[in-house]
Amino acid sequence: MSAILEIQNLLVRREQSPVLDIDHLAVEEGEVLAVIGPNGAGKSTLLLVLACLLRPERGQVFFRGNPIAAQDELTYRRRIGLVLQEPLLLDRSVYDNVAAGLRFRRLPRQAIAQRVDEWLNRLGISALRDRPARKLSGGEAQRASLARAFALQPEVLLLDEPFSALDSPTRTRLLEELHSLLRATSITTVFITHDLDEALLLGDRVAVLLNGRLHQVGPPQTVFGSPTNPDVAAFVGVETIIDGHVIACQEGQVIVESNGLRLEAVGEIEVGRPVLFCLRPEDVTLLPEEGSPTSSARNRLLGHIKRITVQGPLAHVVIDCGFPLMALITRASAREMGLVENRVVTAAFKASAVHLIPR
Amino acid sequence: MLQHALALLFGGDPEVWQITLLSLEVSGLATCISLLIGLPIGTWLALMHFRGRGFLLSLVNTGMALPPVVVGLVVSILLWRSGPLGDLHLIYTPAAIVIAQTIIAAPVVTGLTAAALQQLNPRLRLQLLGLGASRSQTVLALWQEARLPLLAALMAGFGSVISEVGASMMVGGNIRYQTRVLTTAIVLETGKGEFASAIVLSVLLLVLALLVNFALTWIQQHGVRR
Repeated sequence: MSAILEIQNLLVRREQSPVLDIDHLAVEEGEVLAVIGPNGAGKSTLLLVLACLLRPERGQVFFRGNPIAAQDELTYRRRIGLVLQEPLLLDRSVYDNVAAGLRFRRLPRQAIAQRVDEWLNRLGISALRDRPARKLSGGEAQRASLARAFALQPEVLLLDEPFSALDSPTRTRLLEELHSLLRATSITTVFITHDLDEALLLGDRVAVLLNGRLHQVGPPQTVFGSPTNPDVAAFVGVETIIDGHVIACQEGQVIVESNGLRLEAVGEIEVGRPVLFCLRPEDVTLLPEEGSPTSSARNRLLGHIKRITVQGPLAHVVIDCGFPLMALITRASAREMGLVENRVVTAAFKASAVHLIPR
Repeated sequence: MLQHALALLFGGDPEVWQITLLSLEVSGLATCISLLIGLPIGTWLALMHFRGRGFLLSLVNTGMALPPVVVGLVVSILLWRSGPLGDLHLIYTPAAIVIAQTIIAAPVVTGLTAAALQQLNPRLRLQLLGLGASRSQTVLALWQEARLPLLAALMAGFGSVISEVGASMMVGGNIRYQTRVLTTAIVLETGKGEFASAIVLSVLLLVLALLVNFALTWIQQHGVRR
């Protein structure tokens, strides 16, 4: 793998205060890089810099190893695709909108028609071809905006929270479709979002951007499972993330196999599908090793305590059950149970507390 | 009087038609020149960010309310035989009226063009550039996006000059067969007490203004339906 897009030594300031301060970020050819962070972290600014639509105060963007000079910006922008939060369609027909970028590139009429129709079809909006764009619903408009970007057959696709303004069912459906389109086309993509689920579903790698700085970049399991600092941990919230695959699914009850363990969760996912098994530390209950009382928690794992970190009134416990499992309990419980490092405990959590993300 | 007026209107008096045609030519030309000046300047004011932009915009907006007689005075001074541009011998010619009317209409077109483009979502420009549009392709797409308010700017520009009398009178001189336009003719006929001809000319002026506006409104509606 080689970096198709790279940022070095980047600084963007607004009214003297830094909005973005990134030493280095590389986007590898063919990958989907999900950039996550809370609102105001500088995510959209980063995307504008990557699209050469905002000139940074300092730093350089490299495309396929070469710095993008001012006179090459148009050529560069004709090799990428851009989808922003709002669909920003022109007040013309859906066809004209999807054709817009191809017309800017002065492609022959025939080629334009063929590509537009292909992508209208792949995004399921062929029926809306001649409809005025302003009469579309939010979901339809964002489909048109995606078709407009995909039709360009870009070398890099830049997506800035394209689904954040949509209602939940529409968003879920579009997200699934985008996921399969990105797999089918294997276009290098930078996907900006504040939504962890979106990042986990789409991202081959995840970059966490907080207050204009990149805190961690890596595979989702690493970023979510072992945050490098408390800020990332606090932002990602979900701390236990492990790879697994579905071995059974019946009446909404899913059995996932991971690290040789059988774990229970709730959902509807086909058997054999790889999933990410996510668990929040506050959903884990710790019991003494010997003779645990029965409870409604369907999952019970035996492990030994690797580390206890005190966080105010809480204690953050890392348990080694074949994989690191995080638990957050009160300091009082930790004291009463006499929890110390290397002690063996049972970690219990309800199937309904588990969050499965299909991959 | 009414009979006389009807006879003039439908009798095909060649002088009436000559005056009407001249009005249309002069004001039409002035509007076209205003568009050539106002569209680029208005676009530049709307899209570029530079120091003094706000000041220039308010200057243009003030210019939209320029009193025609003041414009007439300034153009007269400039074009007067002994004036700085006297050697061009333009005073009391249709060209002088075109110049004066252009000065009146240009700020209107400029100001409304700027307003039309500023109403667009500022992120649309980023999206167009992101789709690979060059600078000129971006501007063309933005004009197309704002086509309805831009057409309104053109209508307002034409409206401001076709009905203007002060400047035309001062720089044109209301010379029969040469610089007499509808508005100056109406002033003259009314002054003479020839109400019948004044009414005929007024009706023609109204019809002209209405026709042009109907035509542009039709284009607007057509544009919406498309």
